[in-house]
Order: sequence, then C-alpha cells, then structure tokens
Amino acid sequence: MSHDWIKVELDRFLDAEFSPDLSLIEWRKRLVSAGWAAPSWPEDSFGRGFSQAEALVVSRVFADRRIVGAAQVGPRRLAAETILAHGSNEQKQRYLPKILTGEHAWCQLFSEPGSGSDLAGASTRADRKADHWLINGQKVWNTSAHHADFGILVARSNWDLPKHQGLSYFLIDMRQPGVEVRPLKQMNGHASFNEVFLTDARVPLDDLMGGEGHGWAVATTTLSIERQGFARGRSQGVPASASAGRIYEELARELEIDNEPYTWYPQREGRPDLILQRAQETGAIEDDAVRQEMAKLFCLTEAARISADRVAAYQKSGGQGVLPAGSIGKLGASVIARQAAHVHTMISGASAMLSGPESAADGLIAETLISVPAISIAGGTDEIQRNIIAERVLGMPKEQRMDTGPFREIPRNAQ
Amino acid sequence: MQVVFTEDQAQFKRVVHRFFDTHSTTTAVRGLSETETGFDPLVWAQLSETLGLSGTHLSEEYGGHGFGPVELGIILEEMGRTLYCGPFFSSAVMAGYALERFADEAAKIERLPQIADGSIRATLVLDDLNHPSQVGRLIQANEAGALTGSAPIVLDGCTAEDFIIVARNGAGLGLYALPRLSEGVTAVAQESIDMTRKVARVTLQSAKATKIGDVTSQDLNRFWDLTSVALAHEMIGGAARLLDETVEYTKGRYQFGRPIGSFQALKHRCADLLMSLEFAKAATHYAGFCLAASDAETIYPSMAKAMAADCFMEMARAAIQLRGGIGFTWENDTHLWFKRAKCDEVLLGAPHRHRARMIDILQEAKDVA
Ligand SMILES: Cc1cc2nc3c(=O)[nH]c(=O)nc-3n(C[C@H](O)[C@H](O)[C@H](O)COP(=O)(O)OP(=O)(O)OC[C@H]3O[C@@H](n4cnc5c(N)ncnc54)[C@H](O)[C@@H]3O)c2cc1C
Repeated sequence: MSHDWIKVELDRFLDAEFSPDLSLIEWRKRLVSAGWAAPSWPEDSFGRGFSQAEALVVSRVFADRRIVGAAQVGPRRLAAETILAHGSNEQKQRYLPKILTGEHAWCQLFSEPGSGSDLAGASTRADRKADHWLINGQKVWNTSAHHADFGILVARSNWDLPKHQGLSYFLIDMRQPGVEVRPLKQMNGHASFNEVFLTDARVPLDDLMGGEGHGWAVATTTLSIERQGFARGRSQGVPASASAGRIYEELARELEIDNEPYTWYPQREGRPDLILQRAQETGAIEDDAVRQEMAKLFCLTEAARISADRVAAYQKSGGQGVLPAGSIGKLGASVIARQAAHVHTMISGASAMLSGPESAADGLIAETLISVPAISIAGGTDEIQRNIIAERVLGMPKEQRMDTGPFREIPRNAQ
Repeated sequence: MQVVFTEDQAQFKRVVHRFFDTHSTTTAVRGLSETETGFDPLVWAQLSETLGLSGTHLSEEYGGHGFGPVELGIILEEMGRTLYCGPFFSSAVMAGYALERFADEAAKIERLPQIADGSIRATLVLDDLNHPSQVGRLIQANEAGALTGSAPIVLDGCTAEDFIIVARNGAGLGLYALPRLSEGVTAVAQESIDMTRKVARVTLQSAKATKIGDVTSQDLNRFWDLTSVALAHEMIGGAARLLDETVEYTKGRYQFGRPIGSFQALKHRCADLLMSLEFAKAATHYAGFCLAASDAETIYPSMAKAMAADCFMEMARAAIQLRGGIGFTWENDTHLWFKRAKCDEVLLGAPHRHRARMIDILQEAKDVA
C-alpha cells in the first residue's frame, strides 16, 4: 500500500474516532478493532499485514499527532509475538487484544535458580490433571512479574524424555493463590526483577501453547524476539505527556507503573548519547586519549546502527535468517555498553565515585556505571550469544554434550 | 540513504568475483610477489580493457564509466579477497582520483582516458602517506616547475609510466606531472613487508614537470576520504576471506580427539571476529554510499578506514594463531594476507589518526550548530 494512502486512511480514522476525553481502554479497543494498534500483525490477528516500513509510517503519524497508541512497555511484546507465532486461533482471540489495550501486563517465567543459560534444563513441574495443569517449582529474575497479570512459562511435563523434548509452554494467570512474587534488589538498587514461587498453581488445559512436549520450539521463538530487541535498542516512544484530557491522565498513570522497572534500562546500554556533551562540558575532549576512546565508541554505535538497518533491508528483500543477526546485535550492545562506561569513567575522573546530589548528570552517570553489567547477562549471556554465532552462523562443531538421555538422569544443581 | 547493494551492484559483484577467482589465484599471487614488477600485463589488460574496471569510478566525460565509490569498492573488496597484484590501486585509485579532484580541465581530458582504459599506468607521488596535513613538506616546486625532493613510499613507483606529483610551490600545493623516465627522476625499489604490493622511493632533482592543477586542503581531505574508503573495501575483502578459511581450518584439524573448532575458546574468538567483520563491513559499505550521495564531510570515511584496518589486523593475527605452527610458515598462505593487513593498516593513516579525525569532525559540527 502506498505510504500516502496509509496516512490518508489513518488520518480519517483518527479524526473520526479519537478524543482525549475517551478512557484509555475504550480508545485502544477502537484501535484494535480497526487494525491500527498493531498494523504489522496479520489481518486475521488484529493487524493489517503491514511491512516494517508501512508500520513505521503509522507510528510516525501517532507521534506527530501526539495520539496514544497500543500498550508497549515490558515483556508483553515477547508474549504477544510468541502467541502470534504459535498460539491457536482461540488463544490469539483471548489474549492479544488485552495485551494491546493494556488491560493485561505480562512477564517471562523462563529462568530458574538451577537453569538460566541452560533454559532447556528447567525443572519446574507441569503435571496434567483431568481439567488443568498443576505447576510446581520456582522461577527467578523475572522482570516486572510484580506488575504482571499473565506469564509465559516454560515447565517440564515429561521427565523421562531427553531434556529438550520434555518441555511445554504455558500461558499462566499470575493472579492466583498458587503464585507468589517476591521482588529482588539488584546491585544498582532497583528491584525490577523478582523470584516467583509456583505452588500447586493451575493452568487450564487450553492454555498450553504449541502442544505438549513442544515447549522448546516455542521458547526459542521468544528468545529470538528478545535478542532482536536488544540489538535494536529500546525506544519507548512515550507520547504526549503534556497534553490535557482523561486519556492522557490515564496513560500517565499506566506508564508510571509500567515504566517503574525500566527507568534504569537506558543506563544499562551505557548512555553513549551523553558522551560528546559530557566530554565538552568537562573539557575532557581536549585529552587525546579520551578522543581515541570516544571515537572507538562512536565507531561501534554507528556500525551497530548501520548493521541493524542492513539486516532489516535484507529481510525485507526476503534474504537472511533472523537468529544470527539478533545474536550479533545483542553481543554488539554489550560491547557498546562496556565501552561507553569506560569512556564515561575517563571523562568523569575521580568524580565518577559520586552517586549523590553532587554526582554528574544528576546521577545518571553513576547509575550507568553500576547498571551496565546487566546487559551482558539478561536475555542470554554474551557467552551464549558467542556459542550461537559460532555454531549456527559459522557452522563450527558443537561441543560434546553431557546432557543427553532421559532428563531425570542428567546431573543438575542441588535444589 | 542506501544501506545495501542494488540488484545491479550485486550482479556486478558476482562478475568481478569470478574474474579474480580465476585470475588472482594464490599461485599467481605467490609468483608475482617474487617478481620485480609485481604484476601480470595480460591480466592487467584484461581487467582494464576487456572488463573496463580501471575506469569504473571515473566520470564519463573523461573516459570513465561514471559509477562511483560503491562500484569501485566492490572491485577492491574482491581484489582484497584474492590479494590481486597489480597497479590498480596506484593508477586507477590514487592517480585517477587525484587527477579528477585536483587537475585542470585540460589535464583531465588529456590524462584520465588513458588511466580509465589502463593504457597508461600512472601513480601518485605523495611525500606523506600518514595525514593530509603533512603532505608537501618534502617536495618543492620552483617557479619554472622544476621539482626537487623525495617521497619515501610510492606505490608501483618503479613500474608506473607517469608520475602525478603533489609538491609545495610559492602559492600552496600544486599538482604536477612527468613521465617516470625523465631527467632528474630516480625510482629505487623499497623492500616492503608486503611483497604483493611494490613500492619505491622516488627522488626528484630539479626534474622538469608540467603543472596541471592546484591542491586545496579541502580537496585533499576529500581525496583522502575517497582513497581511504577504497582501501577499507580492500581490507574487508581480505578479512572476510581469512575468516572463511580460518573457520574451515578449525573444522578439519583434530587435537585431543576432536576438531579444534569445537573448543569454546576458538569458537568465541571466531564469533567476536565475525561481529568485528560485520561492523567493519557495515561501516565501509555505508561510507561508500555516503560518498556516492554527497560531497559533504562526514565521519564515515575515517570510521570505515579505522574499523576495517583494526578488523583486518585482528583477523590476520587470529588466522595465524588458530593454525598453530603451520600458520607461522612461509609455505602456508596466511602470512600473505597478514602482511597486506599490516601495510594497509598504516597506508593513508593508521587507525588512531582516523579516529582523531572523526572527533575533529564531530566537534566542528557541534561548534557550527
Ligand atoms: C536484568 C535482568 C533481567 C532478566 N529478566 C528475566 C526475565 O524477565 N525472565 C527470565 O526468565 N529471566 C530473566 N533474566 C535471567 C537471564 O536470562 C539469566 O540470568 C541468564 O540467561 C543467565 O542465566 P543464569 O543467571 O542462570 O547464569 P548461568 O547460566 O549459571 O551462567 C553463569 C555463567 O556461566 C556462563 N555459561 C553458562 N553456560 C555456558 C556455556 N554453555 N558456554 C559458556 N559459558 C556458559 C554464562 O555465560 C555466565 O557467565 C534476567 C536477567 C537479568 C540480569
């Protein structure tokens, strides 16, 4: 569809339907039923089947006209896109609209105390009963689980099959007695992730996704979407905060809650955007050693941006797989964050010690220095990304496995 | 801004790829690197006359094909991949771009068509290959156009037929030309680490030359950008070849009862190298697209040169290391690329100089804004 025509049609819709006095949910329901909430999704799943470029036109119009779009923050995107790829029609109808309207927040229940990188080693039990699945075990590091209504859950439904074959993927209601969420304080003082205890928690039979024993295939879709997010960097595009009207008040309240776990996320990316200005303000830019390190940083940030554009262009023309590009981008994001922290440290000198009222850039630099270590762990560690690149892109031989055979016989962490 | 090749450019790349696969085999490269002239006149004639590669980036009004830095980059990437030995970089790139940038109209009309069709092999005599601001300290022109001085490193300086020379005169920097076989000119071969690219010291003793243009510092910077990006393409071509062959080697070599490519230390090193290559490639291609789109000064040419140089060197070090002892032998081919990497790293400015230039440009942009 021509980009002009998209604009015309969208403008017509917005002129007719949008009002700042609507409730946030009511407005988003209208967006969803017209296919404008997620235009890149297929037409039979609340979208319009738009290409990336076409969807960009739509989000530009929203931004230019300061109009509120679908709810976006947090792991709901991971859940939504995985449901799009693997959900039954019924599951799509049940969950996708409420993700877009913001009625439901989601979290990712993958990692466990005993298995993180080795996600396929999950040992949370899923036992099939007459009319539901019974879930027992513990998950950990689950971002914004304390705000979540639902979770995407990987659990073991069979202990006698090899590890990858005994997993199933569930959509679980977090608001039930069997689910207990406890926040965990991180090294940067925030508490955006949690531990989640599952004790006789129930999942209706209909909320198994992708079929019993197919959990691994579904989970790898989620992981690949997650990596791409890191490669792209986070753009939360919070619209129209200053405008007046009921809808903006409700949006502000929603974002206050939704964004709470993520205020430090830009800092974990190293804040390369602050470097040039900081170097000029402090005069550090006159130091040749600092200039060299700054230039190395900008080489990386610019190359990562160009590389992501290249991948998008190849994909549009029908070439290249998604997975390896995501891993290279994710690894790149880690390298960038570390180099940025290094340059911030050079620029600040001794005052890099301070995190209080006298600290640089209102504490943003201090928060950057103690948040960067997260980026090379969350969403699959750097080492795991390197394994993926080596084995799947370069085709290097796999390591000898020690974890074949029935899962119950594989050595694992003491519980 | 364009970010990937068009279908025509991709097709061109396939044609060029086949040509150098056939005509620049490692056996040919080894053979030529042992000769004094360092190139095969038959292959040169084929690539410049039959395929018309030498005129790719030069304008049609001067006998070129009117393509730009992107298509030239494609050629150089393939040349770097196969370590092509010949006067392409010295004549088509260095002398060609210098004439197109600095020469008077009459000199362009007279000289560029012969460079474009390869019938004349020229080279550029620059007395400094580190930084544009240092050019013109060693070679002076008097009012009569007689040149005196010396350039320590001139590509193909013993075989080029024409010298295009940048020299300081009363007014600033000027562009001059004379045949290599002129009175007052001596060219003495220099030994280079990289035997696949011949270099010479050129000394001028009151050598009578024709003045053919003026060289402003702005033009010199743009020339430096164009040639640096061309060289960056050569480097990513070489780096990509090394990565392919190194990964293949680790799949076939067994130690401790398994292929060494299954050791995680080597896998992780190769993964890092792939990322470095992907980033250097992205930077280099993008710099080509930028130069093709506009003449404005940006950070991208220097960024490409710095990243491609670091990537090629890093790749070359790993390519030797991952082969173990055999990698350090003369017989194994890896050192040929290692040596090219080392020389390309410093030709037209080592990476730190290009990084410094990036910050200069960013600072200027901020001061203007
Ligand atoms: C900020 C943050 C947010 C997170 N959010 C979520 C979330 O919302 N939901 C969720 O489920 N999880 C989440 N995680 C968890 C994250 O996915 C895991 O921490 C990560 O996958 C690593 O697992 P682990 O912590 O068990 O470490 P381990 O897997 O025990 O790793 C320890 C070390 O061993 C290395 N290692 C492990 N296996 C290999 C191997 N095969 N080869 C080489 N090295 C190896 C690792 O790279 C690491 O350096 C989050 C983590 C962080 C830091």
